[in-house]
Amino acid sequence: MVNYSANQNVKPVLKGVSYFLAHVPSMIRHGSKPSREIGKNPSLLPPILDHLWTFDQAVAYPPNQVFIGNLDPDDLLYNNPPPWYQNPVPNSSRWGPFGEIMPEEEFYGMMKISDEFELLLLEESFLLGVASRLQDHPLINPEDIRKLGKGVSLEQIEGKLREEPAMPIYCQGDRLVGCCQRPRGGGAEEDANLVPHILLENLTTRASGVMALRHLIAKTGGAHEIDYLLGCGEEAVGDRYNRGGGNMAKAIGELCGCTKATGSDVKAFCCAPVHAIVLAASLVASKVFNNVVVVAGGSFAKLGMKFQGHLRHDMPILEDVLAGIAVWVSQDDGKSPVIRLDSIGKHEISSGSAQQAIIDKLVVQPLDHLGLKLTQVDKYATEMHNPEVTEPQGSGNVPRMNYRTIGSFAVMRNELRREDLDHFVEVHGMPGFSPTQGHIASAVPVLGHSMRKMMRGEMENTMFLAKGSLFLGRVTQLSDGISFLLERNKRGE
Amino acid sequence: MQLKGKRVIIIGERDGVQGPAIEACVRSAGAEPVITQTQCFV
Repeated sequence: MVNYSANQNVKPVLKGVSYFLAHVPSMIRHGSKPSREIGKNPSLLPPILDHLWTFDQAVAYPPNQVFIGNLDPDDLLYNNPPPWYQNPVPNSSRWGPFGEIMPEEEFYGMMKISDEFELLLLEESFLLGVASRLQDHPLINPEDIRKLGKGVSLEQIEGKLREEPAMPIYCQGDRLVGCCQRPRGGGAEEDANLVPHILLENLTTRASGVMALRHLIAKTGGAHEIDYLLGCGEEAVGDRYNRGGGNMAKAIGELCGCTKATGSDVKAFCCAPVHAIVLAASLVASKVFNNVVVVAGGSFAKLGMKFQGHLRHDMPILEDVLAGIAVWVSQDDGKSPVIRLDSIGKHEISSGSAQQAIIDKLVVQPLDHLGLKLTQVDKYATEMHNPEVTEPQGSGNVPRMNYRTIGSFAVMRNELRREDLDHFVEVHGMPGFSPTQGHIASAVPVLGHSMRKMMRGEMENTMFLAKGSLFLGRVTQLSDGISFLLERNKRGE
Repeated sequence: MQLKGKRVIIIGERDGVQGPAIEACVRSAGAEPVITQTQCFV
């Protein structure tokens, strides 16, 4: 039942955040860019396979350790300098205070657990090993293990790949362990949206979202407390009559014990998670729902997106992880950081596409409204893409570019001297540490770090601003963006 | 560079200067944009 009270507002707070990475190097070949390039030039596959990382290497990668909370973003500046891929973190763990990094064998098991239509076939001996490993995972239950089933023979998988438009699944680079097949019945055989490539994307998104949400629930509260789930991933679940029909949120919640929740998805390209957090906070503030969770799985298509630059520089292909996030928004508990609903910045239809207009709408106007200078925001969380991934392909250091733009506004407003711009970037920014997973990289990786510092009393506020490239869909030339200020909870002071 | 009377292909960048912003500048300089695109590199 909806708990709605028209005349009572409550402060929404960030009750918990979790992050999940699935290390899936053998899936890089299925990413949008690698699969297109391999299709044109099959001789690209061997060098790709030669540049894959092991699980231990991915765990020890400093930006991944920041992502799951074992390191702070500023550690990448002062304690773990680049090149990060050549400076692994000693004694690193797959487990962190914000979540975990899961190896691909286990993640394929999670995909099978998320598969309710027998789309995924996994080889029997491989599956046996997966079940054995997952049995020891603290967030996997006996019902999950039952769903893994017994698997099929390698001959059956090879037969499917020979005779049907199935998609192969590999592990350890080139070892065939399964396939994703096309569903049958109900017209699925002729449905351009129910093809293995899209279905595999949906399974990876659901599985990574499930793991993020299970981690969140394990450390934040009961699954039954969640009233509403807001999905914000980049997948487009649907059939021929409803492309992008969606509600991945509810599908994820189903596997996490959220029996009292319903949900829906927010679509806004990469800034969907921040849109979803603003909506979640609004639902809580208006008392429509008490506990709203924002959740997203990873972007399958973006695996290996910059692989050409990495091969050119003889680097490992660093876009080898699928990411998931989950964010719990709840009523004020007197200690969790507050989502300031009077601070929302929005890129309006009439705003224009110049960076000046975007930053003005997302940063300057909200801070003016709150009576704050740009220099009074402790940290800005913007596009947090790891520059070690983007620079080899010539895409630049995206976070630094955004921080310099914000700092330039502070200079223009006489809040900062021009010669202090680099210092502003160092103090109010941070190195990009997020995998280039689009929506995941857009501001939200910083939520966990800011929350931790605010809970310790080490930080006052962080502004989260996210941008979306609506023009990529060839419907509108518009950009998009939205922002909010997260603030230390001062109730009782 | 004299842009007046020239035809221009515009490729902007999401986190830099976007296509429509460049187009507005180009038009004000008297040139004719024939293609305007914005790339997103992430």
